[in-house]
Amino acid sequence: MKIYQVGAVRRTVATAVIGTVVLCMAARGMADDGAPIKVGILHSLSGTMAISEVSLRDVDLMAIDEINAKGGVCFTKEGKKTCHKIEPVVVDPASNWDLFAEKAKQLLLQDKVAIVFGCWTSVSRKSVLPVFEGNNGLLFYPVQYEGEECSDAVFYTGAAPNQQAIPAVEYLMSEEGGGVKKFYLLGTDYVYPRTTNKILRAMLKAKGVPEENIREEYTPFHHQDYQQIVQKIKEFSAGGKTAVISTINGDSNVPFYKEFANQGLTASDVAFSVAEDELRGMDTSALVGHLATWNYYESVDTPANKAFAAHFKEYAKKHNLPDAEHRVVDDPMEASYFGVYLWKQAVEKAGTTDVDAVRKALYGMEFAAPSGTVKIDERNHHTWRPVLVGEIKKDGQFKIIHRSKGLVKPEPWSEYTSPDKGCDWVDHKGTYEKNAK
Amino acid sequence: MRSSRQLSPLAVFLLFVTPAVRAQTAPPPAVVQQIDALATDDGTAQRAAVAALGESGDRNVIPTLEALREESLYVWTPPNGTRRMVIARDKTTVDDHEQYLLQDAYGGARLHQADGSEISAPAEELQEVSVDRRVRTAIQVVLERFKLLDSDPVVRRAAAKNLADKGDIIALEALAKAQAAEPDPAARTVIDEAYNLLKLSAPSDQDKLAAISRLGVLRSADAVPRLEELRKTASPQLQAVILPTLDHIRWWQKVNRLLYAVFSGLSLGSILVLMSLGLAITFGVMGVINMAHGELMMIGAYATFITQNWFLAHVPAQAFGFYFLAAIPLSFVAAGAAGYVLERGVIRFLYGRPLETLLATWGVSLILIQAARFWFGDLTAVAAPSWLSGGIEVIAGVQLPYNRLFIIAFTMLCVAGVYLLLLRSSAGLRIRAVMQNRAMSASMGIATNRVDAFTFALGSGLAGMAGCALTLIGNVEPDLGQNYIVDAFIVVVTGGVGKLVGTVAAALGIGWLNTFLELVTDSAVMGKVLILVFVILFLQRRPSGLFPPTGRAVEY
Repeated sequence: MKIYQVGAVRRTVATAVIGTVVLCMAARGMADDGAPIKVGILHSLSGTMAISEVSLRDVDLMAIDEINAKGGVCFTKEGKKTCHKIEPVVVDPASNWDLFAEKAKQLLLQDKVAIVFGCWTSVSRKSVLPVFEGNNGLLFYPVQYEGEECSDAVFYTGAAPNQQAIPAVEYLMSEEGGGVKKFYLLGTDYVYPRTTNKILRAMLKAKGVPEENIREEYTPFHHQDYQQIVQKIKEFSAGGKTAVISTINGDSNVPFYKEFANQGLTASDVAFSVAEDELRGMDTSALVGHLATWNYYESVDTPANKAFAAHFKEYAKKHNLPDAEHRVVDDPMEASYFGVYLWKQAVEKAGTTDVDAVRKALYGMEFAAPSGTVKIDERNHHTWRPVLVGEIKKDGQFKIIHRSKGLVKPEPWSEYTSPDKGCDWVDHKGTYEKNAK
Repeated sequence: MRSSRQLSPLAVFLLFVTPAVRAQTAPPPAVVQQIDALATDDGTAQRAAVAALGESGDRNVIPTLEALREESLYVWTPPNGTRRMVIARDKTTVDDHEQYLLQDAYGGARLHQADGSEISAPAEELQEVSVDRRVRTAIQVVLERFKLLDSDPVVRRAAAKNLADKGDIIALEALAKAQAAEPDPAARTVIDEAYNLLKLSAPSDQDKLAAISRLGVLRSADAVPRLEELRKTASPQLQAVILPTLDHIRWWQKVNRLLYAVFSGLSLGSILVLMSLGLAITFGVMGVINMAHGELMMIGAYATFITQNWFLAHVPAQAFGFYFLAAIPLSFVAAGAAGYVLERGVIRFLYGRPLETLLATWGVSLILIQAARFWFGDLTAVAAPSWLSGGIEVIAGVQLPYNRLFIIAFTMLCVAGVYLLLLRSSAGLRIRAVMQNRAMSASMGIATNRVDAFTFALGSGLAGMAGCALTLIGNVEPDLGQNYIVDAFIVVVTGGVGKLVGTVAAALGIGWLNTFLELVTDSAVMGKVLILVFVILFLQRRPSGLFPPTGRAVEY
C-alpha cells in the first residue's frame, strides 16, 4: 500500500517523465509485455564489507520491486509501446577485490545485464573498472569516494570530495562550526582515506593552517587497539579548537569511539564513513555530539523522505531481513535507490537499454529523490547533491545543523590538488588539461 | 481516558485558577521575560537572552537552557488559552493519540492539574524553539558556569575544563570564586589550571607572569599552545619565563606518554592473554589446530548480546548494569557447549591429522560466520554497563579506562583459574595424563574420549569468555573472530606450545613490544608490521618458543 507514497514522490518529477509513466500505466494492459530486462547487483554479501554492502543490495531490490509493481520500464520502440519487468541478477563478490572483476565479467558477458549497480570500497571499483570499460558496460556507484577518477563506464551517485570532505572542514573552520584551528586526520590505511587526506591537507595549507597544526595517521584494517592514538590526540588537542577528521572504515570505528570516550576526550570528531546504518551497530551514548557530513540523512524532513524510510522498514519486515525492526536508511542507500530510478528514466527517455543511448540520456537527468531533486551532471558522470552537516543524536539519527545553499556541483578533480584537470565526456574524452592549448 | 479536545480547555482553565506548578517559588518577572524572549528565530536576540539568564544566577533556568540546547523547549499555544513556554520531552498516549507531557520552562517540574494528573498536549499545539550552533555554544558556556557550583566534583571539573577551552575571559571571576569554595583537591587543581589559562589573556604582564609560573607548577598540557602563541608577541621579560616553563611541561608530557604506554602495553597484553588462553588448551595442550577458535569467541560475544537484550526487556533499568556479570558465565556455557558439539561432531574423527583438522575447522568457522550473519544481521551493539564506562585519572592527563582495568583483572582471574584447574586438580591431572600418553592413560582406566571432549569444551568456554570481555572494547559482528585468530596463534606459538606460563609471557611481551614500537615509530601500521618481523626472527632463533617443552614428554 506504500506505493501511494512513492507515487507522491513521482508527482514532483519533470512533466515529461510523468507523461511517459502515465502513458505506460495506461498502456500496460494493451501494450505487449516485453521480455524482462536483466540488471546486475554487485555487492559483497559476505566478508568484511558485508557489514555495509548488504543494505545496498536490499535497497536496490526494493527499488526494483517498486518499479515492477508499477508495470516495469516502459518505452516506445519503432512505434510500439512495451513494458519490461526488471529482473535482478544478484551476485556475491565476497569482499574479494579480484572476485569483483570476475563477477562483473560474468554479469556483463554471461548474464548480459543492461546495467550493474554495485561496489563500495574504492579498491573494488578500481578492480572492476577495466571490465566495464573494456566491455562497454555501465556501473552505478553509490558511495562517497576520493575523486580523481573520470570514467565513462561509471555514474557516480555518491559524493565527490568537494561535496563531502571539503565542505565539512570549511564548516569546522567557520565561526558557526567552532573556528577549529588544529586538525587530526585519522584514517584506515587504503586509497580512500589517503587520497581524501591528501586533498584536505592541500586545502588546509591553502587556507593558511600551519604544518604543525595538521597531523595525519593511519591504522590497518580491523585495527582494534586505539589506546596510543587516543593518547596522542589528547596531547595534540591540548588547548582546544581541535577536530579529528575520521576516515576510519568499517569495524574499527567502535573500538576507536569507545576508547575516545573512556579516556575522557572532548575534542569534536567529524566522520566521513559513519552513517545511520553503521550507528545501528554502535553504542551511541559515547558518540552524541560528534559530527558527520553526508548528502542525505534519514532525518531529512520531507514527506517523500519519510515515506521512503517507512517503506524500507516495511520492506525489511516483509522480507524477513535480519534485525528488520531496527533497519534505517542512509546516504549510500539513498544514492543506490535513486540510481535505479535514474537509470529507469534514462532507459525510458532513450527508448532502449543500449548502453551508449542510455549514457547520453543520463546527462543532465534529474530525479526527485527522497532528499529532494538530484541531478546527473551534464558532462562529468557525477551527481549534483546537497551537502548536509549533521550531529549524532542518542537514537543513532542525525540532527542536521548546516546545509549547503542548493545543490553542489560535483568536481571529481579537486581544485586543491589538481587545479589544471577537469572531467568532461561531451567536449573532451574524460580527463583533460584545462590549460592545454 | 480523556480525549485531547476535552483535556486542553480544562488544562487552561486550571492554569488560570490554580498555580499548576507545584512547590516552586514564583519565578522572578525579569527571568520569565528573558525565557519568553528565547522564542524567536533571531540568533543574536537568543544569545542575548541566554546571556541574561546566565547573569541572573538563578539555578532554575538550568533546565530551560538544557532543553533549549537539545531543542525540546516549546511555545505551547492551547486552543483557547495564553501562550507559554514549556519543556516537552516524554511522550504519552491519550486515546491512541501521541501527546507530550509538559514541564515548566522555569525549573523543569512536570505540570500538574489540580487533581494531580499530568498535563499533556498534542504536537500540533507545540511550536519548537529552534537554535543554531552558535546559540548552543553560548548556552554551553552559561551552563558550564552554573555547573561550577554543581554538587558533583566530576561535573565541576569538566565545567572548569570546558570554560578554559572556550577561552571566555568573563568566566574568570566565576572560576576564582569556585576555586575558593572548592573542597575537592583534584577539582581544585583543574579549576586552578582553567583560571590561570584564562588569565594568560589578561592585559597586564604582572598577571601573565603569575599565570605562567602557576601553569608551570601545574604542568598544564593545555597551556602549551597558548604559551607558544604568547611567545610570539611577549616582552623579553616574559620570554625568559615562558621558555623554561614550556620545556618543563614538555618533559612532563614525555613522562606521561611513557607511563601511559606501560599501561596500554599491559592492557593489550591482557587482551592477548585472554584470547589465547583457550587456544593454549585446545592447541597447546591437545594439539588441535582449531581455526574456529575465533568463532567460539564470536559465540561468546553474541551470548553477551543476547543477555543484554534479555535484561533490557525483563529487568528493571537500575539492574541493567549487572547484565555483564550474568553474561560472563553464560558466554562460557554457550561457547563451551558449541565446542563440545564441535569436538564430538568433527574433531574427534581427525585426531592426529593436523591438516585435515585445520581444513575442517576452517570450514566450520565459515559456516558459523555466515550463520551469525543470517540470524543477527551485520550490526549489533553491546552497550558497556555504566560502571565500566569512563575511567580513573591517576595523574593529570593520564586516564585509565575502567573497561581496560576490568579486563586486566578478569584476565588475572582466568589465568589463576586455568592454572589451578590444570595443575592443581585431579581433572587437570587426567587431562595432562591423556595428552602425554593416551594409550597408557586409557589402560589406567581413564575415559580418554570424555577427557578430550571436556578439555576441548573448556578451551572453547574460555574463548567464549574472551569474546564476552572483548565486547567492552570492540564490536559484535559475525567475523569478529577473524580479527583475533592470527594474534592468538602467534601468542601460543611464540610462548611455546603446551606451556601456560609461555602463553602469558608471550602475550604480555608482545603487548608491550607492540605498544612501544608504535610509540617509537609513531605509526600503528609500522608497529603491527615490526611486531610480525620480531616474531619471525624470534622463532628462527628459538623454534619451540619462549618456554620449550623439556623432558621425556617432548617426543610425543
